[in-house]
Amino acid sequence: MAMLDYGPDAVLMKGLDGSNWRLKDYEARAGYQALKKILKDGIKPEDVIAEVKKSALRGRGGAGFPTGLKWSFMPRTLPGAKYLVCNSDEGEPGTYKDRDILRYNPHMLIEGMIIGAYAMGIPVGYNYIHGEIWAEYERFEEALEEARAAGYLGDKILGSEFSFQLHAFHGYGAYICGEETALLESLEGKKGQPRFKPPFPASFGLYGKPTTINNTETFCAVPYIIREGGDAFLNLGKPNNGGTKLFSVSGHVNKPGNYEVKLGTPFAKLLEMAGGMRGGKKLKAVIPGGSSMPVIKGELMMTVDMDYDSIAKAGSMLGSGAVIVMDEDTCMVKAAERLAYFYFEESCGQCTPCREGTGWLYRIIHRIEHGEGRSEDLDLLLNLSDQIQGRTICALGDAAAMPVRAFVKNFREEFEYHIANKRCLVAPGGYSSPVQHEPLAMAAE
Amino acid sequence: MNMLSSAAKTKIDREVAKYPVDQKQSAVMSALAIAQDEHGSLPNELIDEIAGYLGMPSIAVYEVATFYNMYNLKPMGKCKITVCTNLPCALSGGVDAAEYLKAKLGVDWKETTADGKFTLVEGECMGACGDAPVLLVNNKRMCSFMSKPKLDQLIEELK
Amino acid sequence: MINLEIDGKTVQVDNGATVMEAASKLGIFVPHFCYHKKLSIAANCRMCLVQVEKAPKPLPACATPATEGMKVQTASEYAKTAQKGVMEFLLINHPLDCPICDQGGECQLQDLAVGYGGSASRYQEEKRVVVNKNLGPLISTDMTRCIHCTRCVRFGQEVAGVMELGQIGRGEHSEILAFVGKTVDSELSGNVIDLCPVGALTSKPFRYSARTWELSRRKSVSPHDGFGANLIVQVKQDRVMRVLPLENEAVNECWISDKDRFSYEALNSSERLTKPMVKKNGAWAEAEWPEALQAVANGLKSVKDKHGADAIGAMASPHQTLEELYLLNKLVRSLGSKHIDTRLRQADTHADGKQAGARWLGMKIADISALQSVLIVGSTLRKDHPLLANRFRQAAKKGLAINLIHCAGDELLMKVANCAIVRPSAMANTLAAVVKALAEIKGVALSADVAGIAAGAVVNETAHAIAASLAAKEKVAIFLGNTAQNHPHYTALHVLAQEVARLSGATLGFLGEAANSVGAAVIGAEPGADGLCAQDMVRSPRKAYVLFGAEPELDCHDPVTTRVALKQAEFVVAMSAFQTTAPEYADVILPIAPFTETAGTFVNTEGRVQSFNGVVKPLGEARPAWKVLRVLGNLLQLDGFEQDNVEAIRAEIAPDLNAFVATRLDNGIVGAEVEIPVVGAGIERIGEAPIYATDMLVRRAPSLQKTTDAKNARIAFIAKDVFTKANLLEGGEVRIHMGSGSTTVVAKCDERLPAGCVRIAAAIRETVELGPMFGALTVEKVSIAAAAE
Ligand SMILES: Cc1cc2nc3c(=O)[nH]c(=O)nc-3n(C[C@H](O)[C@H](O)[C@H](O)COP(=O)(O)O)c2cc1C
Ligand code: SF4
Ligand code: FES
Repeated sequence: MAMLDYGPDAVLMKGLDGSNWRLKDYEARAGYQALKKILKDGIKPEDVIAEVKKSALRGRGGAGFPTGLKWSFMPRTLPGAKYLVCNSDEGEPGTYKDRDILRYNPHMLIEGMIIGAYAMGIPVGYNYIHGEIWAEYERFEEALEEARAAGYLGDKILGSEFSFQLHAFHGYGAYICGEETALLESLEGKKGQPRFKPPFPASFGLYGKPTTINNTETFCAVPYIIREGGDAFLNLGKPNNGGTKLFSVSGHVNKPGNYEVKLGTPFAKLLEMAGGMRGGKKLKAVIPGGSSMPVIKGELMMTVDMDYDSIAKAGSMLGSGAVIVMDEDTCMVKAAERLAYFYFEESCGQCTPCREGTGWLYRIIHRIEHGEGRSEDLDLLLNLSDQIQGRTICALGDAAAMPVRAFVKNFREEFEYHIANKRCLVAPGGYSSPVQHEPLAMAAE
Repeated sequence: MNMLSSAAKTKIDREVAKYPVDQKQSAVMSALAIAQDEHGSLPNELIDEIAGYLGMPSIAVYEVATFYNMYNLKPMGKCKITVCTNLPCALSGGVDAAEYLKAKLGVDWKETTADGKFTLVEGECMGACGDAPVLLVNNKRMCSFMSKPKLDQLIEELK
Repeated sequence: MINLEIDGKTVQVDNGATVMEAASKLGIFVPHFCYHKKLSIAANCRMCLVQVEKAPKPLPACATPATEGMKVQTASEYAKTAQKGVMEFLLINHPLDCPICDQGGECQLQDLAVGYGGSASRYQEEKRVVVNKNLGPLISTDMTRCIHCTRCVRFGQEVAGVMELGQIGRGEHSEILAFVGKTVDSELSGNVIDLCPVGALTSKPFRYSARTWELSRRKSVSPHDGFGANLIVQVKQDRVMRVLPLENEAVNECWISDKDRFSYEALNSSERLTKPMVKKNGAWAEAEWPEALQAVANGLKSVKDKHGADAIGAMASPHQTLEELYLLNKLVRSLGSKHIDTRLRQADTHADGKQAGARWLGMKIADISALQSVLIVGSTLRKDHPLLANRFRQAAKKGLAINLIHCAGDELLMKVANCAIVRPSAMANTLAAVVKALAEIKGVALSADVAGIAAGAVVNETAHAIAASLAAKEKVAIFLGNTAQNHPHYTALHVLAQEVARLSGATLGFLGEAANSVGAAVIGAEPGADGLCAQDMVRSPRKAYVLFGAEPELDCHDPVTTRVALKQAEFVVAMSAFQTTAPEYADVILPIAPFTETAGTFVNTEGRVQSFNGVVKPLGEARPAWKVLRVLGNLLQLDGFEQDNVEAIRAEIAPDLNAFVATRLDNGIVGAEVEIPVVGAGIERIGEAPIYATDMLVRRAPSLQKTTDAKNARIAFIAKDVFTKANLLEGGEVRIHMGSGSTTVVAKCDERLPAGCVRIAAAIRETVELGPMFGALTVEKVSIAAAAE
């Protein structure tokens, strides 16, 4: 069975071959030892949180919020219902790492959630899984059954006084449900329309009860942190950017796929791991953190390290760790148009600037792409982006505005060429010529 | 109005059991999915019945059914094929795959082939961008790296 | 308390208050659409974005909690830019069809667009078009104008208690609608018209009938149920065009019921009486007022001379004004008769003379919100008292335990703690069981007058649960609804309710049936101990009748007996605003003015005295009833009919009306003997006045008559057992026999009715022949063939 190649630095996704996802395999990879250690040595919940704080683990869902700090917000000792929610609604274009976790290493997530529940005194949890990945949902349900049968999950875990029930929830096609409060609404059986914050989930979450939400990959880091210690994890990365991170590389590279690298690894190295540019073409642009983040020019990107702070300094964000690579033949207008269309289609429709603004943005870029652009369009696009960003209930508004602004700002001449000449600056097709490939990773399937 | 089979009801009850007793509504999305698997789409009577079954106002269930992309409010072909054309996929042949299917099946987005076998739908990011081109058959079966030969194979198989 | 600063002014607000609330406390207007003080916060329109010191982005005032030391700018450049941006987005897909929009002139979008909208639109793309929906006979839609504030949706979920409207779809494609094929049937539905900040939801009856700026606004009071909702009546060229709520936090808050809102249609109906009519040797002829009035005077005088004043009886509608009823009462009594009544639907009047005073709510309407547990006996709450029901609904959300004893298990759209649904004849015994249980719980002895009935009562689980619920709380109350008041065992129910109150420390209250039920009682337009009640006036027929604003066959408990009595009388005068069946039995018909065409006063169920002026001139030759009665008094040479305006009449009733009314309110009942009711064995009728059949106005309001409620009134709802036994078909026809009469109507099976019951409305033409509102009846399937004949 060929090994899945997540790169030499991999610690979380090490030793996976695509079929060794079951409980026994996970245990063979030191699985559930962190949990056992906690329960055996009676490590106190506050100490677990302290360890997570020490690790400088930051949320892998997009916002990069310090996880230990978030966990400390949970009123741990407050009696009554509390909930732990995992966000596996991976829908940020370019991101496909959580899917690998769910199908190749589901128990790592389960253990991470159990530890989180223990640390925050939470009795019930749910994992909200993206609608389009049914097979992964079924596999996760199977893994849950294994964990229950083995006594890791349910009442009096491993004979201790600690109980935790965990269930899987299957979404059905709405990007917005990745936003944590929309996810909660959806989990309550409603439309996925984000809530205004405050109040925050930590005080008013699922069913109005205190709730902690983390991304799949975030939870997965926890067993390692407990097993090897917060410092060990921190030292994998760099200060304030602890640990390794899964990057989903897509687009014009030879080996698209997930690569687990130490935070702070140069982009150039990551690109090399992904097999370099497809067909040896020149790198034109990179969206380093998922479609919601500003696009960066290739030359600049080659100088950036893959960690929260470095990417921020370069004018974008690490976001969900989705690296969308575009070569010289890609039409920036067409790329921007497709993303604008996505946010227009996915706006929940609740608040005015997003509901009305995303459609407006898309229609303008669509016109430009189809040779009906006007000279005033570009400034209008920038101004509308300002009118949307920061004025909406949730960050989808920002997510729709930031890419548009970045595309126009970084590639203005290409947009102007489109408007002036009513056609593309680059080769016809616009998305560049794809090459069919089937990376090693998939041989396992 | 009893379109829901007892098998479907058993499945729904299993979902209901995941949530606090006073939160049956949390199972509405699975209930709709289960019903759709059985009937291919969600006619109003079915939505009404689910509302009754979970003790929700019909309009509240309808809100949910119309908010999420993967519910079919109108009848679909035997196989609904959803192709992701979002940017990352497009960069690796997502759109080419879609165009190939349109030509092969002779339909455009949201259209069903004359023989009622296939309906083609444009999808958004499925969280599988690395496997592009990716498509979904009837919401549940994901097909990866859909090169033209593999598309031909798939259509053959589903015919 | 929190101190903050808005636009340089400091203000103090309670913890948890929002910036919006703080601003309005300072009288600072922050533009908004989705925010409404009576609805939950949605924060979706984003129009209320303001600048908050240290905040990285503009924040919505409606949803942002005020914090200590906060500094807010609502109109700074920064705030204005944000607000203008939102306004631009709101307008890009809005049709801007103001010239043909009913909302024109009172449109919040239009108003704000003036201040915040740009001149030329930068939006050059295609505009959204949304197909209209049919929401029923009352609400008209133009959904392209919708700005997605979801006020209408939240109103349904939070106030009406039923989610009839929803926002479906997503993003730009989302629309507001009702579930396919359903209409909006809530009895409070019209309020969404007021809530809609644009012209997406407008009044169907009002549609295109006037431009809002042509309308003058005049205050008035609802003439329907006992709630006394305050109204704004809008008038154009002496014609009532529209009715809106007049905000009064203590009474109707900012709501009115659909009845209050749409009944005005009747005012302009062709059924209005506009000329006096006199029957001359068998033939009807229009007459001038003097002639008609003289005819009345002669008619009454001759009956009095021949048979004595005792042969004269007056039946008046409790929807007439205080002043009118006062003069009528004075007239009848000055003639020497004691027979006057306004409780036309009340069957059981044993207790007359034993009631301590006028029956009222027993508390202020607003006090309902403070209650912890209530028992409501014999009330079709939502339909009989739509806005009172809302008060209970809001209280129930805050933990009020609702307990019910009734003969129909209607959906109240609020959480019900315990309910006993029993056949009408078993209601008193059920209440007795609660009394018994209470006595046991409290370990107190029963008072003598209920000992008998309580002794026989069987305490079941529900009865005990209800008793326990009342016993457990401090602020408790027991209310008797319309069904209880019109019930053949009313006295028993009243005495038992009083005992419940005594045992549990509850307040005893009545849910007033009509706009002026309390007023009528207060000025004594009731027979008291020695006069005849409406029932007895027809059971032992009089020689002359004065019908005042009443439609006897629809307003009386037993139409059949009533009609017989009227037909045998020597002289009948009918004073009414509308044509009725009076020509069949009357001798003189006088057109009197409805509430919009005369000044007057209603005393609502909480004893609130609410006076109002006429808003339009009387139609045709109709005249305010108080003037008619005054002249009549003069023609009859009676003393004390010199008042030349309603103020004079009011002053005569009492120098201080409020104080006077207050002294007359008392729900006590003393020394009424209670016979133990026998629970019927056969099939029983549940007869009520349906929501859109209660009074002359609603009966003639076309749009209200098109509602689902009005349609349901024409259906016999039949208990499962009866339905099956008679093997009826759902929606098939059934013949219902009662006494000597019968009628054929559509049958529907109602699982929520107690066994052996048929719920078939009173107060509608179709069921006049059946007679009394309660009693034994039989059902018979109408074969398709028979129906065809
Ligand atoms: C429009 C939108 C989409 C999002 N999608 C996701 C997602 O797919 N997965 C995810 O984990 N977080 C997503 N987030 C971020 C979540 O709201 C939340 O911050 C995150 O799940 C918290 O987990 P973390 O602290 O572990 O990152 C999204 C946020 C927004 C505004
Ligand atoms: S920003 Fe967009 S997605 Fe977020 S709440 Fe507003 S409308 Fe919905
Ligand atoms: S963009 Fe197509 S699956 Fe991610």
